[in-house]
Amino acid sequence: MTAAVELQGITKRFPGVVANDGVTFSVESGEIHALCGENGAGKSTLMKILYGMQPPDEGTMSVDGRPVHLRSPKDAIALGIGMVHQHFMLADNFTVLENIILGSEPSKGAGVLDLTAARARVEELSRAYGLDIHPDQVVEDLEVGERQRVEIIKVLFRGARILILDEPTAVLVPDEVDELFRNLRELKANGVTVIFIDHKLDEVLEISDRITVLRAGRTVGTRDAGSVTAAELAEMMVGSELPSPATGETTVTDSVAFAVRGLTIAGDGGRAIVDSIDMTVRRGEVVGVAGVEGNGQAELIEALLGLRHAQGTIELDGTDISHWSVRRRRNAGLGYIPEDRHRRGLMLDAPLWENAMLGHQARSPNARGIWIDRAGARGRTEEIVERYDVRTPNIDVTARALSGGNQQKLIIGREMLAEPKVLIAAHPTRGIDVGAQASVWNLLRQARRDGLAVVLVSADLDELIGLSDTLVVMLRGRLVATLDPARVTPRELGSWMTGAALDTGDAA
Amino acid sequence: MTAARRSRSELLLGFAAPVAAVLIALVVASIVLMISGSNPLDAWASMWEFGTRLETSVDAINRAVPLYIAGIAVALGFRMNLFNIGVEGQYILAALVATEVGTKIDLPGPLHVAVIVLVAMSVGAAWAAVPAILKVTRGVNEVIATIMLNAIGVSFVAAELLGRWDSAGQDTRTADIGESGHVPGINWLLEIFTRDVGKGRELYGFLFVAIAVGIGYHVLLTRTVFGYDLRASGANPSAAEASGVPSKRMILAAMIGSGAIAGLIGLPDILGELYHYGGDFSQGLGFLGIAVALLGRNHPGGIVAAALIFGYLDASSPILEVEGDAPREIVTIMKGVIIFAAVVAYAVTERSRRRRQVAAAADAVPTTSTEIGANP
Amino acid sequence: MSERGLTDAALPGSPGRVDLAHLWKQRWFRWPVFALGGMIVLQLVEWIADPESEELLSGGQAGAMLRWSVPLLLAGLGGMFAERAGIVNIGLEGMMVLGTWFGAWGSVKYGPVIGTAIGLLGGALGGLLHAIATVSFGVNHIISAVAINIMAPGVTRFLADEIFSGYAGGSISQSPRVASFGSVELPVLDRVSWLTIIAFAFVPLAWYVLWRTRFGLRLRAAGEHPSAGDSLGVNVYRYQYAGVVISGALAGLAGSFIVTELTGIYREGQTNGRGFIGLATMIFGNWRPGGTALGALLFGYADGLQLRDRDGVHALLLVGVVVLAVLALRRALSPKRTVVEVGLPAVIATLIVVWYLLRDTVPPTFNQVTPHILTLVVLVFSAGRLRPPKGAGQIWRKGEH
Repeated sequence: MTAAVELQGITKRFPGVVANDGVTFSVESGEIHALCGENGAGKSTLMKILYGMQPPDEGTMSVDGRPVHLRSPKDAIALGIGMVHQHFMLADNFTVLENIILGSEPSKGAGVLDLTAARARVEELSRAYGLDIHPDQVVEDLEVGERQRVEIIKVLFRGARILILDEPTAVLVPDEVDELFRNLRELKANGVTVIFIDHKLDEVLEISDRITVLRAGRTVGTRDAGSVTAAELAEMMVGSELPSPATGETTVTDSVAFAVRGLTIAGDGGRAIVDSIDMTVRRGEVVGVAGVEGNGQAELIEALLGLRHAQGTIELDGTDISHWSVRRRRNAGLGYIPEDRHRRGLMLDAPLWENAMLGHQARSPNARGIWIDRAGARGRTEEIVERYDVRTPNIDVTARALSGGNQQKLIIGREMLAEPKVLIAAHPTRGIDVGAQASVWNLLRQARRDGLAVVLVSADLDELIGLSDTLVVMLRGRLVATLDPARVTPRELGSWMTGAALDTGDAA
Repeated sequence: MTAARRSRSELLLGFAAPVAAVLIALVVASIVLMISGSNPLDAWASMWEFGTRLETSVDAINRAVPLYIAGIAVALGFRMNLFNIGVEGQYILAALVATEVGTKIDLPGPLHVAVIVLVAMSVGAAWAAVPAILKVTRGVNEVIATIMLNAIGVSFVAAELLGRWDSAGQDTRTADIGESGHVPGINWLLEIFTRDVGKGRELYGFLFVAIAVGIGYHVLLTRTVFGYDLRASGANPSAAEASGVPSKRMILAAMIGSGAIAGLIGLPDILGELYHYGGDFSQGLGFLGIAVALLGRNHPGGIVAAALIFGYLDASSPILEVEGDAPREIVTIMKGVIIFAAVVAYAVTERSRRRRQVAAAADAVPTTSTEIGANP
Repeated sequence: MSERGLTDAALPGSPGRVDLAHLWKQRWFRWPVFALGGMIVLQLVEWIADPESEELLSGGQAGAMLRWSVPLLLAGLGGMFAERAGIVNIGLEGMMVLGTWFGAWGSVKYGPVIGTAIGLLGGALGGLLHAIATVSFGVNHIISAVAINIMAPGVTRFLADEIFSGYAGGSISQSPRVASFGSVELPVLDRVSWLTIIAFAFVPLAWYVLWRTRFGLRLRAAGEHPSAGDSLGVNVYRYQYAGVVISGALAGLAGSFIVTELTGIYREGQTNGRGFIGLATMIFGNWRPGGTALGALLFGYADGLQLRDRDGVHALLLVGVVVLAVLALRRALSPKRTVVEVGLPAVIATLIVVWYLLRDTVPPTFNQVTPHILTLVVLVFSAGRLRPPKGAGQIWRKGEH
């Protein structure tokens, strides 16, 4: 049996990073093959190469035994390769049918759409693979899981026999994950080859036939799902020489820096997005908030910062700040490392020194009264660049010019030097390379030693377990468990996050 | 060293774009003139000769003063990614109401002028507040809202003037503002350097107001926390919000500020030359203000240059018809081509600048993925 | 932030079920119902205002309404094609100006039929310029359009001076008289220009092209989610170009129509902001051909009315009252009502009634701005129900999103 897809020695470099370094990877026809690795291990880059979105710098690729050279996704589609992106590519205002046929529309001739034929074909696909959708529904009205099914049918409609799914479970709730896995098995039974990118080990073990692990842009190895344990996979992913985010000795003090009581955010239709959250963070303590994305963590952070209206009280050093404006909260010592640097943290086209004062623009050394203190702000920026090792030619280049890791160090530096009492860090190592990741962990550990109270929200379970003094699990807007990171394993934590543990165990 | 050279080359690039735009406009206009059977060289020569006369320069500056104020009004919104297309309606409405008030009151000189100025700014601000409020409360796009409000404002003005015409058999204009409400000319300023200005030309005293507006704009934006907040909101609204900038309040402030400045646009002409509001009041300055702000890249110095270019084009074009070289409308075509060429050039240079900066930063930093820094 | 119309976009239960609510969602059904309703309202208003007056909906009035609504309709459809492809086109006014001059010039030289085609091409040229700037060079859509609006009157004035000045009756600001397109006698409406009929035929045609052809689907994809189209091999730039050029062509046709069918002459400044009203028409019509046609009829009615009868204009105030009352009522019945949303239209309606009772005439310029005021009202009170293309106004670059 020839391999459906075979990659040999794929190397891809970006300015400052080697994303893939001689990756070799082979997928058998008709199997579900998982591609695992930590954030920044090079999984997504590899998939983009496979789908023709980016050309590799070196290496060869063959599909069904024939060597191929992809210049665009069009070529990949022609070879029967389809991809479901993590961020769906669907027009909200279009019907399911319109979204599916776009780009390869069946026609009655003269460019007139043959909607009847298209609908029949979509319904046939939906039946054949057990993918439940209604062609005439508007995508806007669909649940996330349904949208994902539309994406899958979109790919099958183009005759794909090899399906790439980029972190498909990241956006799903557990029931939807089950449904997705049922669909994937159905696809496999119909002879479709599935390449599945993920870093959640229990899921990977459950669904796949074989698993390939990437680490730091290199292939670590391929294993049969039946003969490998989660622990072995975790070891392959993390490796031994790489730094792990362990905290070492405890620095937790008795004095409470940050207390949240009964925090509730009302959502549409009566259900609360964030539901009576109580949380206490002491000086020198890192409280990790674990949870599958979309369970209210982002909203919780916005409420803590004052960006979103919420009921309940928030106390900073014993003072109720729940009715304060964002600026007042930040000036009072609330530091913030945003989840999405580009959206919440930086002005990409402004010079570095202006970025280095964002969030602290109304206070010393960046301002004096209503006036901006340019010398003070520039001096502070120089200090950040030097102390936090931000690699930049000077402080007048735009933030866009910096690599993700250096942008993140700039943000951490500006928050730290502002001497916050409480730091809210959301996914602080997301999308940066492994080296920068380690230095971010160092910085957080240092801050903790200096007595900072940290709320850490992350999707990286190892990061959470390694850095936190206390772990809380957020599920459907509520804190469902408080765990001791010294004793919990990623697997246990995972089952709490999906709610599986709610039925069987009780909180540690 | 390399950084200094790079920033100098960027500065050069910044100047090259508008200069190229003007040159392209000259070339296009020359081609148009040639096709239409005129000799472009003759036309440019007459325009140059006429344009460099002292009297024409006074005309050009007088024309540039309202354009400059219009440019600043638009630029203030632009810095926050707000399109105040409504400057047009705001200044026309403000000019009419302020003139009306000016004719009705009689105060000692400076006070009289001050009241007129204040009224004009308030009317401009109020008319700009409408789209601002609609935007923050109902999410109505400010471009559409201001386009609609322009038509409503201008039509209100027309109704006022027509009503006057209907009832009193008067000309369609307001009465004159009393002597004390006039802003004296400042020819003495020019005459320090050159000869006397002839032909009854008076350099507008309002020039000083325009200069003050420009300086105020620059200081506000670059030296104050408020200005930083405003620019941050324009550069990245979500990040600004997370940094403690209340976005709705900033939209209101920027729009209303822009409208208040817009209120001043009509006053140089009215207080310096016309002393009334009527059919001879020049419309369209709001839209030209958009062009001037664009050409000057929202920079107070750049807008000076842009306003002067447009002012000179307008002031020196009448000679074309006197001399029979070409229709003066060629100047409007040139303005359009300048704007077009400039925005395209800016878009292109901006993108190449970004690319070069990213490449330069990657070069400057020898990174390998294993390097771990940070030792605070 | 995005207010999803969950209440009115409920799932169609079983596919075969036909009920009124479902039927109401069909465009082809809704539009004629609106038109019929509008006619009934006008008849009622006319009867209340003045049982003797014939003006509000006389045959002549209906013909005038139709005629005056054509430029707005064409401009509105033009705006729709551009925005459906993701490019905002407030340059409609400038493109319409180009249409008036080129249409007049073509008509003077080759007669109205070829002249109209030339007017269309003139507008398309403006659209092409807008497309080059926005699509190829990534210039902000508003900025490019403002430049076109500034440039177009200069270009036409220049051309008029160069060319029309040479004709008897022509000058820098006007052309010689031009012939009209030819017309057909119809019941109720009197004489109707063939061009009017063609223009209204564009309404179903535009719908068909946008919603039933491959071209339309891809064009709309370019405006809704260009990256999605791109990832499926659609050449987004090409469809954006097509949308904007069609947009310019329709605006040019609108300008040409003003010259040959409304005034019989090119006169400087005769578009009089109709390009902007066309934009208003498109918004009023929720970026759909049927709705745009409805908006054009309404606004064109106001446009045509002022020329004929001031009392009619006066009575038109009552139409405004009816519209506002309906708005208030609909808000009051909606579960998400707020005091402001129900109260404000009610208060405005009351004020208009008071004004109506106190005065015999309205200032003639008042109904010139009816479209603008109505559009603002629509934007304020129905913002959640409007559905502009998601990508409209955004600068999309392949590979950067």
